[in-house]
Amino acid sequence: MADLSVSGSLRNRLALTLIGGAAVLAILLFFAVRNYAVQVAQQGQNDILQASVTSMLDAAVIRNNKVELDLPYSAFSMLATPADDQVFYAILQDGIHISGYDDLVFSAGVSGGNSIFETGKMRGVTIRKISASKTLIGANQRIEIQIVLAQTQDALSDTLDQISRNAAVLGIGFFALAAALSFWASSATIGQLGKLTSSVTRRGPQDLSPFSKPVPREMAPLVTSLNSLMGRLEQSLSQSEDFIVEAAHRVRTPLATVRSYAEATLQRVNKEENREAMRSMIKAIDESSRAAGQLLDHAMITFRADHLERQELDLVALAKELVLRLTPIADMKDLSLTLQGDSIVPYSGDFVLIQNAVRNLIDNAMKYSPAEGSIQVIVSAGPSPQITVCDRGPGFPNDEIETLTTRFQRGTNATNTIGSGLGLTIARDVAAAHGGKITLTNVQEGGACVTLSL
Amino acid sequence: MKFLLVEDNQDLANAIVSRMEMSGHVIDHARKLEDATVFVATGEYDLILLDIMLPDGDGRAFLRQHRASDFDTPVIVLTARSQVSDRIGSLDLGADDYVTKPFDHAELEARCRAVLRRRAGNTTTAIEIGGIAFDPVAGNLVVQGQAVTLRNRELRLLELFLNAPGQIFSKNKLSDRLFSYDDDASENAIEVYIGRLRKHLQPSTLRITTLRGLGYRLDLDG
Amino acid sequence: MRNFIALGLILMCNASWAQNWEDRQQFNATDATTTLRIISSTDTNLFAPLIEAFVAQNPDVAIEYLVTGTADIDTRFRKTPKAFDIAISSAMDLQLKLTNDGYALPLKGVSHPAWAQWRQSLFGFTSEPAAIVINRAAFKGLPIPQSRQELIEALRARPDVFRNRVGTYDVRQSGLGYLFATQDARAFETFWRLMEVMGGLDVRLYCCSGDMIDDLIDGKIAVAYNVLGSYAQARAESQNVIKIILPSDFPTTMMRTALVSRSSQEPQAAERFIQFLVGYQSNPIESTRLLPPLNATENGVERATIALEPALMTFLDTLKRNNFLYEWENALIQN
Repeated sequence: MADLSVSGSLRNRLALTLIGGAAVLAILLFFAVRNYAVQVAQQGQNDILQASVTSMLDAAVIRNNKVELDLPYSAFSMLATPADDQVFYAILQDGIHISGYDDLVFSAGVSGGNSIFETGKMRGVTIRKISASKTLIGANQRIEIQIVLAQTQDALSDTLDQISRNAAVLGIGFFALAAALSFWASSATIGQLGKLTSSVTRRGPQDLSPFSKPVPREMAPLVTSLNSLMGRLEQSLSQSEDFIVEAAHRVRTPLATVRSYAEATLQRVNKEENREAMRSMIKAIDESSRAAGQLLDHAMITFRADHLERQELDLVALAKELVLRLTPIADMKDLSLTLQGDSIVPYSGDFVLIQNAVRNLIDNAMKYSPAEGSIQVIVSAGPSPQITVCDRGPGFPNDEIETLTTRFQRGTNATNTIGSGLGLTIARDVAAAHGGKITLTNVQEGGACVTLSL
Repeated sequence: MKFLLVEDNQDLANAIVSRMEMSGHVIDHARKLEDATVFVATGEYDLILLDIMLPDGDGRAFLRQHRASDFDTPVIVLTARSQVSDRIGSLDLGADDYVTKPFDHAELEARCRAVLRRRAGNTTTAIEIGGIAFDPVAGNLVVQGQAVTLRNRELRLLELFLNAPGQIFSKNKLSDRLFSYDDDASENAIEVYIGRLRKHLQPSTLRITTLRGLGYRLDLDG
Repeated sequence: MRNFIALGLILMCNASWAQNWEDRQQFNATDATTTLRIISSTDTNLFAPLIEAFVAQNPDVAIEYLVTGTADIDTRFRKTPKAFDIAISSAMDLQLKLTNDGYALPLKGVSHPAWAQWRQSLFGFTSEPAAIVINRAAFKGLPIPQSRQELIEALRARPDVFRNRVGTYDVRQSGLGYLFATQDARAFETFWRLMEVMGGLDVRLYCCSGDMIDDLIDGKIAVAYNVLGSYAQARAESQNVIKIILPSDFPTTMMRTALVSRSSQEPQAAERFIQFLVGYQSNPIESTRLLPPLNATENGVERATIALEPALMTFLDTLKRNNFLYEWENALIQN
């Protein structure tokens, strides 16, 4: 199986998206809080400045035709802050400076009643100033009293810094919590996929039935696709199997027809060369048929090897069945076919494949046995479950023992014999699919043995 | 033996019929299950050769039906499939054996023989002639009261002769019938088997006569 | 020729400069690499032990100690802030306005309680209440007033005893006097009545605490109002002649304050001095100290220390000041 190319992790992507979102939200929250804090704090300072200026204006009176302004102690007292902010003020009468800091500028646009707030600089520090005025009406005069009152913003900055710090801590806390939550949530959600995965993995190799367990709505399309894929796969598999079977039928039936005719013709001709021709023809047909059969066997094995249908079986029973089936053929050739070995050899394997392999081996043995020879099928449990097929034929050429199992190879002494080297290849493939192997040996007294070890 | 062949492929059917008749059997041919059912109902057969894929249905369905109606005539299934499921299916349904197409007629015959032998049980269908008792199904030969063990080919050779007494069989013909096409049988092989058979038959009054240039013939002495 | 005239002018200025100081002393002039110029309203003899303790610990620093009145300190400092490194004054309001106006240098390294400092630039280092000090002899046989109200009654009862024998600050000249007076006026409605009573008795006005106490000890005056109790206390030898009374109706307490000039040429040395100063004055164990230590409580009771806050600038407002002085003059100068 090709290694899956893994790019990124769904869980990580989901978690990162959530965390990213949380980070953005946390930052937005921080700025929103800070903004709001700035507004509130500034409003607070404004209110105090307003109150102070109002108390100062309230203290302005006309007495003896002269303006008197008895600054209340509380006017500046209320401007004391934990940061000891500086206070600046100026009192003007009809635009003329009469008291206070003469470098403090009265804002334009202030008239009777309204006050204007401004942020500016004074003597190198940032100040927030309010300009307000009040009209005093005397006996025969109108006098405009203007007061500009300013305060530095150290306390304001300190408060904002503290709020910012707290907001930042809150933000980070929220973010950390959100991050943890994100990881947990994405893990939990992706866990659903994990459940599906384990459900798929737990299935046996032949199980292509659709998934019936309930799945979350978002996974429904995936599972539906998966089910339809498995359905198509199953269909494809059975179609392939059907194809193989159909191919077998289509190849064999005409061959059967030709063979019958050839046989019939052989019965009728007497001339030796014609007989020879007919015999050759029949041999050729048999070879095609056998080859087709073996090729199809091989295809089937390749098919099955990927998903063995292991079942508890008895190798001895398997061999017995096979021997029973092949005895008529052996009788035909006057060969004796015997079963020996242990009485029961339990093994967990694919019945069809193993029987197929052994049949091919016995087939080979019958091919190479001399007339009236004997073939033994020996089943034993040790050292590993194995079936051995031995004949009394010419044996394997020693230098070819290794290579004989490669596909389509025939030994040098098989020149006039029907059959392809597929027989041994099939046995080897079946052995390999079960995690075993085949061993070729020559019998001392003459003959060959092939052992299928599982 | 009386056989029923259920096969829709005319060419194959012809080949089987002619081969079987040459062996001395009687054989009926049905091309459809419908016909087969009629044949079975009206006749008694020793063996049924049943094709799986028939124009009017699956042979296995016929088989199932057949067995269900308590017919226990031996059945050999002819199939182009070599799938395990078909094999098991057929055997489970009650077939005695199966051959996959294309098959060697000799194999078919061998299987027929094997099935009949298995099913023969206690009934013996022995041919008694010239001091021998020969049961072709069981494959037993008794010569002047002595049981003789024959090899398979020897059995078949004897059966051939006994089925057509007085007939001359050429070496070729015998060779065709006794050896399969992948056997490298030489001319001498026939002589060897004839010789062996002669030896076994010696106590009896049966003789195998060599007719130079023509072949062999089984004669009854006296 | 021109050079000689210039030199002569400089010398004359220096002389006049020197003549205007109440006191001028050098400490540790010999081994020092740095000189700190301190302008102060505290008498040298009261401050000397502290300075000597400082130079003992910091031999690389010399101190030039210049003494003058609180109002004068404010004027001179504003005129030539570069000329002085440290300003020490008992006039909290003037010092606070100096700081508010940006003349003081923030000292990051000095740790001091929040109520005793402003903007990390102005540091209070003593706790000195305003007191009524009497001549014991003058009050022989008479009830000793324990509060302002009792003082008013005592003065009213015996105008003959107290005519021209009452003393207080001339608030027009003394910054501390102005501070005490305005704080009193703010806190007590009886203040103006007391002023009127004193005015009616031909009150003597003094520029400085020292002079007032001298006259008190001499018997020239019988009672000094709103004088620094600490100064009276410092005159240890006269403890049986005078008696210090802290008015039971809350004695106003002031803090002597120090600041470092923003234009100082020796900010690090100045900071070191301030650090030493606050440490010295905050340590209650030191018994050889001449100036009272910084202390928020007196016998467990919280003192009414004048708060270091912008409100101190209220009475420095031109209009308000003029108004106050007008009233004050009206009350106290009745002829």
